[in-house]
Amino acid sequence: MQVTMTVNGTEHTREIEGRMLLVHFLRDVLGLTGTHWGCDTSNCGVCVVWLDGEPVKSCTVLAAMAGGHEVRTVEGLAEGAELDPIQEGFRQCHGLQCGFCTPGMLMTCRALLDRNPDPTEGEIREAISGQICRCTGYSSIVRSVQWTAAHEAAAAATKEEAVAP
Amino acid sequence: MRPAAVEYIAAREVGEVLAALADGETSVLAGGQSLVPVVTRPGAPPCRLVDINRVGGFDTLAEDDGCLRVGPLVRHRAFESGVVGGALGDLLRVVVQHIGHPPIRARGTMLGSLAYAHPAAEWPAVAVTVGARMVLDGPDGRRTVPADTFFTAPFTTARRPQELLVEARLPTLPDGTGIGYAEDRRSSIYPQAAAMAAVTVTGGVVSAAALCLVNSGPHPVRAVAAENALLGTRFSDTAIALTAEVAAEQDTRRLDDDATRPARRQAYRVLARRALRHARQGAGRCG
Ligand SMILES: Cc1cc2nc3c(=O)[nH]c(=O)nc-3n(C[C@H](O)[C@H](O)[C@H](O)COP(=O)(O)OP(=O)(O)OC[C@H]3O[C@@H](n4cnc5c(N)ncnc54)[C@H](O)[C@@H]3O)c2cc1C
Ligand code: FES
Ligand code: FES
Repeated sequence: MQVTMTVNGTEHTREIEGRMLLVHFLRDVLGLTGTHWGCDTSNCGVCVVWLDGEPVKSCTVLAAMAGGHEVRTVEGLAEGAELDPIQEGFRQCHGLQCGFCTPGMLMTCRALLDRNPDPTEGEIREAISGQICRCTGYSSIVRSVQWTAAHEAAAAATKEEAVAP
Repeated sequence: MRPAAVEYIAAREVGEVLAALADGETSVLAGGQSLVPVVTRPGAPPCRLVDINRVGGFDTLAEDDGCLRVGPLVRHRAFESGVVGGALGDLLRVVVQHIGHPPIRARGTMLGSLAYAHPAAEWPAVAVTVGARMVLDGPDGRRTVPADTFFTAPFTTARRPQELLVEARLPTLPDGTGIGYAEDRRSSIYPQAAAMAAVTVTGGVVSAAALCLVNSGPHPVRAVAAENALLGTRFSDTAIALTAEVAAEQDTRRLDDDATRPARRQAYRVLARRALRHARQGAGRCG
């Protein structure tokens, strides 16, 4: 069957099998290996991407289901060489060690901050409750999100000052 | 071994869904949170799926005629903010927080969970607790099945293979009702045991009581003897303890053997007590 979807702003049309999962479409067909594949049973969260702006586990979505929809992956976060603030936050606060869980964490946390720019620690932990990190530990991940939230709030305030009469 | 072929049909209207289901072998694909892992696991048999995610008008979520009407594409997450007032809204909001985690709740649907009928799932328990009615559409037209006869066995319901679950109707709960939910959960997927309560207090006395024990048998059941023990009482600590005692006598043979029964009884005793205490906080208030 044929599927057409937009991934990080670019439209792709491919011939696929009905059983193909979105995670495999992204990694094996489009070569976007930033999205990881771990448990395959919707438990670990390394495969999280956005489907129409909503974090979903791409191992639990058929590629065919994404037909006609917009997907955003970790490759779609940075603008050229400029990291997204959430990526910068993980870098500043040691939010990753091996990096296996990181793409899913980043996509989940970016979505959280877009919806809730000033989350409490509890809200951050709830947002990442479907993600497993086996090496960094969650404390630094939470700190990374808090760093990003503070950084983005400060950036927004500076911008406001700049435009104020 | 790779999974076998999946034939995928993207339906755009209800007629196309029913036409696809007519062969009795096609499965409805809603949020896919239970179905996708099953059909794509290695060794799974070939299957035919009709994806309902693009069907218009399936996201009904409206209160009407004393009922909350829920359509097939209403995701779990919709219930996180009070979608309806009163105790029904409270129950939905409290319960949804326990289902999986955020990405699961963003995709999974209430009707998918009802159709899937996992014996430990939250929505079937809600349906049984509040006395929901399931609206099915199929080759012989529409029919309505009450929750207490809809769930028949683990992963089995009164739905015929040709039928689509088009709506769940959840009756709103009367003024003076308080709700409670307590569970024993060891992982993010489904509780080991849980108790759900909706108790109405009128003039200081319990006038209606629903107590549902989750994962105690093949499908969620109301602990009728325990409910009767609570009726007419003043909802005191003693009445709660007594009711929980009766609830713990519930038959849990499907899941238990002689070794596990005492611990499971104790679990239901404690969970029933917690759910009822939680319900008491909201009971007796007038809207
Ligand atoms: C990691 C993880 C954790 C989870 N934790 C919980 C939990 O704690 N509690 C809980 O209750 N659930 C849990 N779930 C299951 C989740 O709630 C599912 O969303 C739900 O069971 C099914 O809903 P769905 O829309 O995804 O249905 P699908 O997976 O699309 O379908 C499930 C079944 O229902 C049928 N079906 C779906 N919609 C209809 C319809 N309208 N008419 C007829 N048949 C239909 C399908 O054919 C299929 O057989 C978890 C799932 C995962 C992956
Ligand atoms: S690979 Fe998708 S959740 Fe683990
Ligand atoms: S950084 Fe290694 S699993 Fe999270």
